[in-house]
Amino acid sequence: MGLDKISWMIGGAQGTGVDSAANIFSRAAASCGFYVFGKREYYSNIKGEHSYFSVVLSNSKVRSVMDEVHLLATFDSETVVRHAWEVVPEGGIIYDPKLTSEKITNIPTIEKVVKARILEQLKKEGLGETVGDVIEVAKRNGVRLYPIPYMDLLRRLGDRLGGLQLSTLARMTNVMAVAASFTLLDLDENKLHDAIRHIFKAKAKIANMNIEAAKDTMEYMRESFAGDFTYKFKPMEADEERYLINGTSAVALGKMVAGCRFQTYYPITPASDESVYLEDHEVFPVEADAATLADNPHQAESEELNGRGSIVVVQTEDEIAAITMATGAALAGARASTATSGPGFSLMAEGLGWAGMNEVPVVVTLYQRGGPSTGLPTRHEQADMLFTIFAGHGEFPRLVIASGDIEEAFYDAIKAFNYAERYQTPVIHLLDKNIANSTMTVGKFDYSNVVIDRGKLITYWNPDNGEYKRFLFTDDNISPRTVLGAPNGVFWNTGDEHDEFGHITEEPTTRVRMMEKRMGKLETADREIPDSERVILHGNLDSPYMIVSWGSTKGPILVAMEYHSRTGLNFAFAQVKLLNPFPAKFLEHLLPRYRMIISVEQNYSGQFAQLLRMRTGIKVDSMIVKYNGRPFSFSELRDTLKKAVETKQPKIVTSTGA
Amino acid sequence: MAVKLSLANYRTDLHNDWCPGCGDFGILSAIQMALADLQIEPHRVAVFSGIGCSGKTPHYINTYGIHTLHGRALPYAIGAKLANPELTVLIAGGDGDGLGIGVGHFVSAGRRNVDITYVLYDNGVYGLTKGQASPTLQRGLKPKSLPKPNINDAVNPIAIAICSGYTFVARGYAYDTKHLKELIKKGIQHKGSAFIDVLQPCPTYNDIATKEWFGGEDRIDPATKKPIPRVYKMEDEGYDGEVRDPSEAAEKIQAAIMKSFEWGDRIPIGVFYRNPHIPSYEERISSRIPEYLENYPAKQVIMDANNHPTARIEDILNEFRIL
Repeated sequence: MGLDKISWMIGGAQGTGVDSAANIFSRAAASCGFYVFGKREYYSNIKGEHSYFSVVLSNSKVRSVMDEVHLLATFDSETVVRHAWEVVPEGGIIYDPKLTSEKITNIPTIEKVVKARILEQLKKEGLGETVGDVIEVAKRNGVRLYPIPYMDLLRRLGDRLGGLQLSTLARMTNVMAVAASFTLLDLDENKLHDAIRHIFKAKAKIANMNIEAAKDTMEYMRESFAGDFTYKFKPMEADEERYLINGTSAVALGKMVAGCRFQTYYPITPASDESVYLEDHEVFPVEADAATLADNPHQAESEELNGRGSIVVVQTEDEIAAITMATGAALAGARASTATSGPGFSLMAEGLGWAGMNEVPVVVTLYQRGGPSTGLPTRHEQADMLFTIFAGHGEFPRLVIASGDIEEAFYDAIKAFNYAERYQTPVIHLLDKNIANSTMTVGKFDYSNVVIDRGKLITYWNPDNGEYKRFLFTDDNISPRTVLGAPNGVFWNTGDEHDEFGHITEEPTTRVRMMEKRMGKLETADREIPDSERVILHGNLDSPYMIVSWGSTKGPILVAMEYHSRTGLNFAFAQVKLLNPFPAKFLEHLLPRYRMIISVEQNYSGQFAQLLRMRTGIKVDSMIVKYNGRPFSFSELRDTLKKAVETKQPKIVTSTGA
Repeated sequence: MAVKLSLANYRTDLHNDWCPGCGDFGILSAIQMALADLQIEPHRVAVFSGIGCSGKTPHYINTYGIHTLHGRALPYAIGAKLANPELTVLIAGGDGDGLGIGVGHFVSAGRRNVDITYVLYDNGVYGLTKGQASPTLQRGLKPKSLPKPNINDAVNPIAIAICSGYTFVARGYAYDTKHLKELIKKGIQHKGSAFIDVLQPCPTYNDIATKEWFGGEDRIDPATKKPIPRVYKMEDEGYDGEVRDPSEAAEKIQAAIMKSFEWGDRIPIGVFYRNPHIPSYEERISSRIPEYLENYPAKQVIMDANNHPTARIEDILNEFRIL
């Protein structure tokens, strides 16, 4: 099999520019024409702990990282010690030769258990305890070594540019490691310079200095290691617009398009980035063309506003305030949402119930991370799914939609608001750290065909139709909805059981009808939302093996399936997007056709497998789960899917990733 | 406005199930009278409440009425007000609701100074759950439902409000409806967060701070043979809490906090502090989003006649464009 993916990794201490370096590399490589997928791994820490970024390059769409590393770019000791083991034979390690004498035991940020494991391996190889010994192991495995004398090169650069302190220059080793990588991969130097300028666009002087450092590094690399590295291929010319975007920004953009005009949040990893991005872009253009404007009572005023739209972003005192404030805004008629992660969502449970009880369209964007409790604050998991479906006391409706990747996240963000307003109920848009903090090349977000569905929203009630009843009993269980401020539309809300006006009642027949009205909306949704929006089928549907999964496992599953299809092992894959109401009928028809059903998800207990059984009675044959805080890699699913088919093992637990 | 709105326009025909003699009735009337005096159309008003007896207030008022969660009325109200700053937003909440379970929101709301009016029903007990001690009950007191005297110290709602940033801080008395009505009107007209602590006797569970006690019926003036009321109006004695120049603020705040500790034989009501010089949250948003007040979130046109989005993100997307 020819090489079709290049896996590159950079690492370093947090605060030393690992992120910037990875962003420069990703952007530069993508502008050379590669498809790019990048994954960020970091500790819950500001400075000092180890973070790394994996980037995969390919000439076809990349959806996942892989365990194998072809080229490891380092500028500190810890990255070498931790990751040199992942580099494949004929792969390469870029490193600082000055650091090879450092003792591993002197690196304070490596956990004791990791140190012990590494020292044990070195001992087995009959080696010592230094960084150089780790490099020696790699060398024995056929890995090529690319020592760069960072400080010597910088000293020369300092002399050339004049008047610069070495300590200032030393901050550029991250970009130098990227430049060295670019030489080995034989990529266009100018694209690298452009990317450096883009990432440092607010600091032209720094950009120029980094470009000079990159030039010197590339010159050194060409002189020292010309044509030496073999894991490389040329990017293909792209014939369409391409964008390199991360998950939180994609969702933020989706919200703007959706018409979300009010967002609340309490700082939490990894959700805050979305809200901060929105706040940074709080004013944006809208097209206020009179001819195409909908029947809106404020049309005339809006036309005078030079086409400027805006979103109010409020940082609240806690997540309780975040969901209740967003709900208040939704009551006033704004499309409103909040973004959070597991711990914050736990605090929102009561507010979610109130919104369900009062039929308020509020959207909660939930970026899952490792739980329970504070769990793994910066790591990945999909363990909040059952909680989103059942969160809150009592019974009330809510829709739960899960996105499979960054592109889907953009469109699903819009869909979430449509569902919320159509069914007048809270909607949880389920995402995760792997979507939030990854970057991916995508095509242009095309929202020209996006339709906004505000359901039974009305901004005025005609008193000729009698008194307005907010919770009017109707055939589809959805009532016309006025908003605070609407003339003649006065209504009451209460968390208590209520009558059609919204006044408190404990009268049993009204209680029964109201329960049936609220819960009945889920049946309406179940009837109305087409299967194609609820389940996406991938792969070879005639295969005997069916994978069922949800959320960001989509990427590595698809890549693994593609890999196996080349050797004749075909899989079908049902990616379930709408988790509540669950597409039970559709799956009840589909799944019995398959000889073997394999679920793939990132939690301990197989939450989707449980939900599937609960809603359809269907039991999966094999469950592939992972809960070490790192997303499935393509390599891992490649191996475990095959293993599931061959061994029919009921539960397979995987745990790769550093 | 063609037709003058009367008190009847602000009433609902619901059966009111508060205990006979409850101070809540006075507060309800004062709110309705204030709205009628100001001639604010019912659909332009939203009254938010939390949980407890006070929580039922919105159901008795013919305006938008949002009876929310325990302690959370403030964030709901703030969300609504920021989405539509043209609304007149009132909050009716109990002392347990606002200063117990909701105290985090109470303090945080002060930092924002959103243009809302918060009426606190302050009776020292959790009435609806049968009379437990609330955060405003003094230590050592034992209203009839407590098995033992109150073990916690009381908070000072006026001082907390001032220190949290509320820019209009007053106290009313539920049995002086006319005076309370005027305070509520001033609160509504104040551009910023107004807080009105209302002494509201709970006739069922607080047998200490009763109407009779506030009225001084236990201490008869030997000369006039009349009770000497504990509650008095600060303005009658020349107290002035208005910050006329920003430079006076610190001094006025100190005086107001000093005044707020007066309790027992003499209990002041009226405006403790008002500072019109602090920008409201709405003004702060406007400094960043210039069209905010004209084109607030609830008013924005988000779709065209074909239901397609009006937002245009191409310029922003370009930040991410590679090819």
